Amino acid sequence: MAGTGAAAGLLVRQMTRVLTFPSAGQAASSKANAAPLAAFKAVDKVFANQVTALSGLDLEIRGGEFLALLGPSGCGKSTILRLLSGLTAATRGEIAWSCERPEFGFVFQEPTLMPWSDVFSNVWLPLRLAGLSKEKARPRVEEALAHVGLSSFAKSYPRQLSGGMKMRVSIARALVTRPSVLLMDEPFAALDEITRLKLNDDLAALQSALGATVVFVTHSVFESVYLADRIVVMAPRPGRAVAEILVEAPAVRREGFRLTAAYSEACRRTSAALHMAMGEPVPSELAE
Amino acid sequence: MTRDDVVGYVVPAFTLGLGLLVWEGIVRYFGIPPYLLPAPSVIIATLISDWPTLSASLWVTLSITLKALLAAVVGSVSLAIIFAQSRLVERAFYPFAVAMQVTPIVAIAPLLLIYLTPALAVLVCAFLVAFFPLLANTTLGLSSADHNLVDLFRMYRATRFQQFMLLRLPAALPYFLAGLRISGGLALIGAIVAEIAAGSAGQGSGLAYRIVESGFRLNIPRMFAALLLISVAGITIHVLLTALSHWLLAEWHESERGREA
Repeated sequence: MAGTGAAAGLLVRQMTRVLTFPSAGQAASSKANAAPLAAFKAVDKVFANQVTALSGLDLEIRGGEFLALLGPSGCGKSTILRLLSGLTAATRGEIAWSCERPEFGFVFQEPTLMPWSDVFSNVWLPLRLAGLSKEKARPRVEEALAHVGLSSFAKSYPRQLSGGMKMRVSIARALVTRPSVLLMDEPFAALDEITRLKLNDDLAALQSALGATVVFVTHSVFESVYLADRIVVMAPRPGRAVAEILVEAPAVRREGFRLTAAYSEACRRTSAALHMAMGEPVPSELAE
Repeated sequence: MTRDDVVGYVVPAFTLGLGLLVWEGIVRYFGIPPYLLPAPSVIIATLISDWPTLSASLWVTLSITLKALLAAVVGSVSLAIIFAQSRLVERAFYPFAVAMQVTPIVAIAPLLLIYLTPALAVLVCAFLVAFFPLLANTTLGLSSADHNLVDLFRMYRATRFQQFMLLRLPAALPYFLAGLRISGGLALIGAIVAEIAAGSAGQGSGLAYRIVESGFRLNIPRMFAALLLISVAGITIHVLLTALSHWLLAEWHESERGREA
């Protein structure tokens, strides 16, 4: 079994004391073996209303990898992003950075644009807050807009754009500071399937071109397998990481990857891990 | 002329004209004397013949209304900004704000007339009526910025001042403008009500005073003419504030979406 798993380009590793999960071979992409950038060590997060968002979380973020956090609602995926970006602090445990805290880009589930500002000013915002004038920021803003293919829409207002285009503006805004870490909280969940697939392809190309570390929260097994080098499956109440799946795939994902055996095998394993995370029996068609 | 133009302008103009014609016809047919119900033609004639007196009164009422509105804008926006900085201050002021808001200002007017000169009492009355909708709306607007955008500003280490200028103020603008439209109409009502309350004190010379005075003299056509001017003033204020709102929000706010194309 381990052999076939490795041949399929997958590594599944048991992560917690809670659930056992079949382990497979050792093959893994080089990115997923990169040096850790940040490490969560036994992190608990309890909200003011006593809800435990995270319990005893151990998680590494590795430099340059595309990490997907996959799990049902209420498993603390978004809280991980908030902890990473420093918007909130851990109740217990620590988050250790291997270097100085990097520059972040953040993309929310909603485009979260300022409706009163045009596309240029929305993308300029992070640089503006850092004190860069409009003229000084212009080359960087134009570069970021070019990355997402919206160069000719700088003067448009958000309400004139489609949902997918608004999300591209949001991504451009996250890229404008040239962040080394991109945090994305279900960025494509509210989009239609066609737009979503297109943005998945664009994001994959962008990440390999920029070499940024991406932490990507999603509900979708297929999206996580298509995009990620490594998938961490999370379980709810209390939120914790229960399985890790390494996806062996070409450096730049393209449409054809969805048709490969490696893709479907990774989807099978991820789906099985998700069923276990939810405390459900794994359907026989997903079992090894 | 498109169908929208017909529905938008021609139909209301036609019903208005028809209403006036019916009014004129009834008065003439039944020979109703002008001291009971003047015909529209008589009201217009009175408006023209009494224009020197009425226009002076119109100016007095308008200037009180505008001064009160301006004071209400400055006062309410300043107070809303202070509220937005400190929840403690907001809670401390809260009982006064609620008490002032729920008390009908008509009931306060006689008291104001004892404490203040009639002219100042009328101004204060109009100010109080206009003040609270603006305060409530602006306070709500300043606290209603998208929480994800607030997080984004924090993440990029925005200063409080940056967050206020680039996020909270623009987010509050539609709320403020909605309050301004309400308060514009209310300032006029407040000025009229206070003037009527002050009326017999005899020092006022605004439109409401003209109505009270004409009533004593049974000059009914002049009462109607003054009433017409008050209506026109109210409509003008509403139209101007709506245009201001459209001008400021047209490019981005959902409330202006229906105006496209």
